[in-house]
Amino acid sequence: MSDAVIDVQGLTKSFGDKRVVDDVSLRVGKGQIYGFLGPNGSGKTTTLRMLCGLLTPDAGSGSCLGYDIRRQAAEIKRRTGYMTQRFSLYEDLTIRENLSFVARLYALDRLNARVDAALEQLGLTSRQKQLAGQLSGGWKQRLALAACILHEPELLLLDEPTAGVDPKARRDFWDQIHALAGAGLTVLVSTHYMDEAERCHEILYIAYGRLIAKGTIKDVIATHNLATWSVEGPNLHLLSRELQQLPGVDTVAAFGTILHVCGHDEASLEKSIAPYRQRPELHWERSSPSLEDIFIQLMSGLDTNGLAAKR
Amino acid sequence: MTLFSFSRFWAILVKEFIQMRRDRLTFGMMMGVPLLQLLLFGYAINTDPKHLPAVAVVAENSAFARSLLRAMENTGYIRFIGAPVSEATADLMIRRGEVQFAVHIPPHFAEDIVRGKQPALLVEADATDPVATGNAVAALQGLDTMALIHDLKGPLADLQKDGAPFEVRLHKRYNAEGITQYNIVPGLMGVVLTMTMVMMTSLAVTRERERGTMENLLAMPVLPMEVMLGKILPYIVVGYVQVAIIVVAARYLFMVPLMGSLPLLSLAAIIFIAANLAVGFTFSTMATNQLQAMQMSVFFFLPSLLLSGFMFPFRGMPVWAQVIGEVLPLTHFLRIVRGILLKGNGWADIWPDMWPVITFLLLAAALAMIRYRRTLD
Ligand SMILES: Nc1ncnc2c1ncn2[C@@H]1O[C@H](COP(=O)(O)OP(=O)(O)O)[C@@H](O)[C@H]1O
Ligand SMILES: [Mg+2]
Repeated sequence: MSDAVIDVQGLTKSFGDKRVVDDVSLRVGKGQIYGFLGPNGSGKTTTLRMLCGLLTPDAGSGSCLGYDIRRQAAEIKRRTGYMTQRFSLYEDLTIRENLSFVARLYALDRLNARVDAALEQLGLTSRQKQLAGQLSGGWKQRLALAACILHEPELLLLDEPTAGVDPKARRDFWDQIHALAGAGLTVLVSTHYMDEAERCHEILYIAYGRLIAKGTIKDVIATHNLATWSVEGPNLHLLSRELQQLPGVDTVAAFGTILHVCGHDEASLEKSIAPYRQRPELHWERSSPSLEDIFIQLMSGLDTNGLAAKR
Repeated sequence: MTLFSFSRFWAILVKEFIQMRRDRLTFGMMMGVPLLQLLLFGYAINTDPKHLPAVAVVAENSAFARSLLRAMENTGYIRFIGAPVSEATADLMIRRGEVQFAVHIPPHFAEDIVRGKQPALLVEADATDPVATGNAVAALQGLDTMALIHDLKGPLADLQKDGAPFEVRLHKRYNAEGITQYNIVPGLMGVVLTMTMVMMTSLAVTRERERGTMENLLAMPVLPMEVMLGKILPYIVVGYVQVAIIVVAARYLFMVPLMGSLPLLSLAAIIFIAANLAVGFTFSTMATNQLQAMQMSVFFFLPSLLLSGFMFPFRGMPVWAQVIGEVLPLTHFLRIVRGILLKGNGWADIWPDMWPVITFLLLAAALAMIRYRRTLD
C-alpha cells in the first residue's frame, strides 16, 4: 500500500467511440494541492468523476484513499468531498436546508452544531435563510464548498470551482483551500486560471484525454526548455502576425503591451528574430517562460508528440 | 423595426422545428398519443356491452324454464357462464363481480304459468355501473310477452291473450336508483391517484437530473433504495390525503353509501398507490427531462382511464382491450373500491383483484431498481 492519496494507473473512458480519457495515471500525495489543467473538453471532469465513483472506467485501476476505485466507491464517497462543475445543490432550498440535507446524507452526528460551524466558517450565517437559487456565483461557490467539507473529508475534488467568480472571492476561496490543505486535506482542483495554477503545489496538464505534463511549476517549466523573448513597442498586432510566420517561432502571445515570443528550438528562434532586434522602436528582452507560455504551447498542439515521448 | 419581419419569424420557426426533431421521445409521443387515442376510442370502447355474464338459479327444471333461459341468451345481452348454481353461490358471484346478473326460476314456475297465475321471475342485477347494465335490463324486461311464444301453443295459447304469462321482477342490487355518482365517485379515487402519483414521482427524479443535482446526490454515499423510499413516501402521504378527501366527499357531498370497511380500503389504497409510484419511478429512470416524464405519464394514464372500466363498461370491450385492462392496476382497484364501498366486500372478496395489483407493484419496483443508475455512465 502506497502513501499516495490517489494512485491510479491507465484510466480510460470512452463515450461512444470517442476516447475522452486515455491511459491517465496519477499519484497524488497527502496534504498537497494539485492543479488539474487543460483545455475545455480535455477530460478533466470525466477523470474526477471516475476518481469518486460517479463513472466506471473502461480500463485502468487504482485506489483513492486506499480504497479500490472500482469496488469500493461507497467508501471513497464517504471520505471525499466532490464539488461539481455546475452548481448542484438545491436552488429551492435555503442555504441552511441544503447543508442539513448533506449532513443527514452522511449520517453526521451533532447535525445542528456542524451546520452552524460550517455557516460560521464560510461567513454564511447571516444568509442561512436565503434560497440557494438567489445567491450570486461567489456565494453559491462558498455554499458548495461548505457542503463538501461538512463531513470532514480527507480528499477534495473540486471541478472548476472558481469559474465565473470575481477575483476577491477567488482569492478568499484559495486562502481557504490552503488552510484546508494545511490541516492535512488533499486537494485536486481543476482550473483554467494561471494564477490559480501557480498557487498549487503541483500541476497536472491534460489534453485530448492524455496527461502530458506533471510536476511542480518549476519542473514543468524546466522540462519544457522553452526559449522566450518579450518585446515591447508600437503596432504589436502587426508585429505579432509577422513573427508568427517565422521559422523557430512556435507561439506569439500578447500580454497587454508586451508580446511573448516562444520556441523550443532556441537557435532557430534567435536567428529569426535577429533582424527585428535591430529595430530601434522595439524593446527586446530575454525572459523566462511563464506557465501560461508553456500551456499556450501545449494547447497549440505543436509539441504534443514530443512531450508524449518525453513522458 | 416594428414591422413584421419574415426573416425573424422564419428564424423562430426553423429553430422550433430543429428542437422538436432533436427531442425524439417527445416527437414520438406527439405521434403516439393521438394514435393511442384513436385505437382506444375507435376500437376498444363500446357503451352498449353485450354478452354480460350471468348465472341461473333454477328451482324447477321445466321445459318452460329452459326455453326462457335460452330466450334470454338470444337477446344477445347476457350469457350464462356454466350450469345453474345455488342461491348462495349466485350471491357470492354477484358480490365479487364475476357475473352481472343472476336469474332465479322460482319453484312451480311451469305449473303457475299453465294455471295463468303469472309467476314472478326474479332477475338480480349488479347495478353498480348503471351504464353497463342499462340496455340489458331493458331487453330482459321485454321478454315477458315474447319468450314463451313458441311454447304456449294449442290449448295453452289462451295464456298469451290477457297479458304476459309471467312477470319479470328486476332487483337492482347496490345501486337501486341507478345513480351514476355511486359508480363514478369511488372510481375517481383510483383515477386521481393514478394521474397524480405516476406524474409526481416521474417528475421527482427527472427533476434532479434536469437541474444537475443528481450528480451531487450520486457523489454522496446514498443507496438507491434510500433514494427510492425517500422520494416515494411523501407521495404516499399525499395519496392518502387524496383518498380521504374523496371518501369524505363521496359520503357527504354525493351521499354514496359506505358499506365496507375503511381500514380495508386504506390497505388496498396503499398497495395501489405504491404500484403507481413504482411506475412513476421507472419512468423517471428513462426520461431525460421533465417534459418527457410528463408524456410518459400520459401514455400510461390514457389506457388506464379508458380501458379500466372507469369511463366505459369493461365488459363492452373487445378481448384484446380487456387483456390490457386486466394488466393495469387501476382496473383492479376500481373493482376493489366499488366492491368495498358499494357492496361491503371483505378481504376474501377483494383478493382476486388484490393479487394482480401486488404482482404489478413487485414487477414495477424491480424494474425501477434495475433501471436506477448509481453512476452517470
Ligand atoms: N456523458 C457524456 N456523454 C458523452 N460525451 C461526454 C459525456 N461527458 C463528457 N463528454 C465528452 O467528453 C469530453 C471531455 O469532457 P470533460 O471531461 O467534461 O472535459 P473537461 O472537464 O476537461 O472540460 C468532451 O468532449 C465531452 O463532450
Ligand atoms: Mg469540466
